[in-house]
Amino acid sequence: MKRPEPIQVVKQRRDKALAALVDGVPYIQFLGITFDRRGDELTGILHYDDKLIGNPMLPALHGGVTAAFLEVTAIVTLSWSMLWDDLEAGRLEPEGLTHETLPRLPKTIDFSVDYLRSGLPRDGYARARINRSGRRYASVHVEGWQDNRERLFAQATGHFLMPQRDA
Amino acid sequence: MTQTKNDADARDRAARQFIAALPHCRALSMQVEAVAEGMAEISMPWAEAIVGDPRTGVVHGGAVSALMDTSGGAAVLSHPTAPLGTATMDLRIDYMRAATPHQKITARAVCHHVTRSIAFVRAEAFDEDRDKGPVAVANGAFTLDRGDKP
Repeated sequence: MKRPEPIQVVKQRRDKALAALVDGVPYIQFLGITFDRRGDELTGILHYDDKLIGNPMLPALHGGVTAAFLEVTAIVTLSWSMLWDDLEAGRLEPEGLTHETLPRLPKTIDFSVDYLRSGLPRDGYARARINRSGRRYASVHVEGWQDNRERLFAQATGHFLMPQRDA
Repeated sequence: MTQTKNDADARDRAARQFIAALPHCRALSMQVEAVAEGMAEISMPWAEAIVGDPRTGVVHGGAVSALMDTSGGAAVLSHPTAPLGTATMDLRIDYMRAATPHQKITARAVCHHVTRSIAFVRAEAFDEDRDKGPVAVANGAFTLDRGDKP
């Protein structure tokens, strides 16, 4: 029987591939979004900053920031699931991988955001669920929350065009 | 006539102040291009920081959402029924094509119907190649704060 890989090797490979997906995108850096990884599950974290405020009177996060945060989480989660199999099967080498050298990524077709309560001036979290992932299209649902996982401040559904792999 | 002009000037000033007071709009260098009754046109210049695909320099869809949301809110506030405040309830965006890198994006939102507590908005965003059609279109519902008790 094949010996399992040492845990550090596995973690390093996955973390490097995730970093290639996230770190090279200027807009993700600008908003201050990072991702926590537990196995293949990702949680997006929106790190609070004053520039994310839309309504200074309340204050509340800008609705556009909330939409962008959910869209980034959806697209990173979808891209990550697309890379995962190749990464684990050794078909994708994470060493030296950057956003520029990654395979083509899914494109947003439409995105619909449902604002449930105003975004508080503090960190936000989001997790996406891929409800359908076909050869051409994918449908993804995202939930965003702040203090309590059960009290969502926004949710969204989006459709994405998958890159054609053997084109 | 003068009254109408004064109203228009006041609305224009209010819209500009509204945008200037929003930290995120400042961070994206958004500018009011035009306002009329229930209509707002707001632009956002291309910037390295809002790029979603570093290979091509195409702006991230999320930044287009922020522009759509802002123009929608501004259109609601410029509605003749003069609401005191507004918040987005839902916003759906269709992305028709990638915005051309290094071009300014301009969103024009129209608040086409209001009820006592809700405003309905349509918006379109164009880059500088207007003849290529919109980069994205959006539909949204916004809450209306009329200052009265529910």
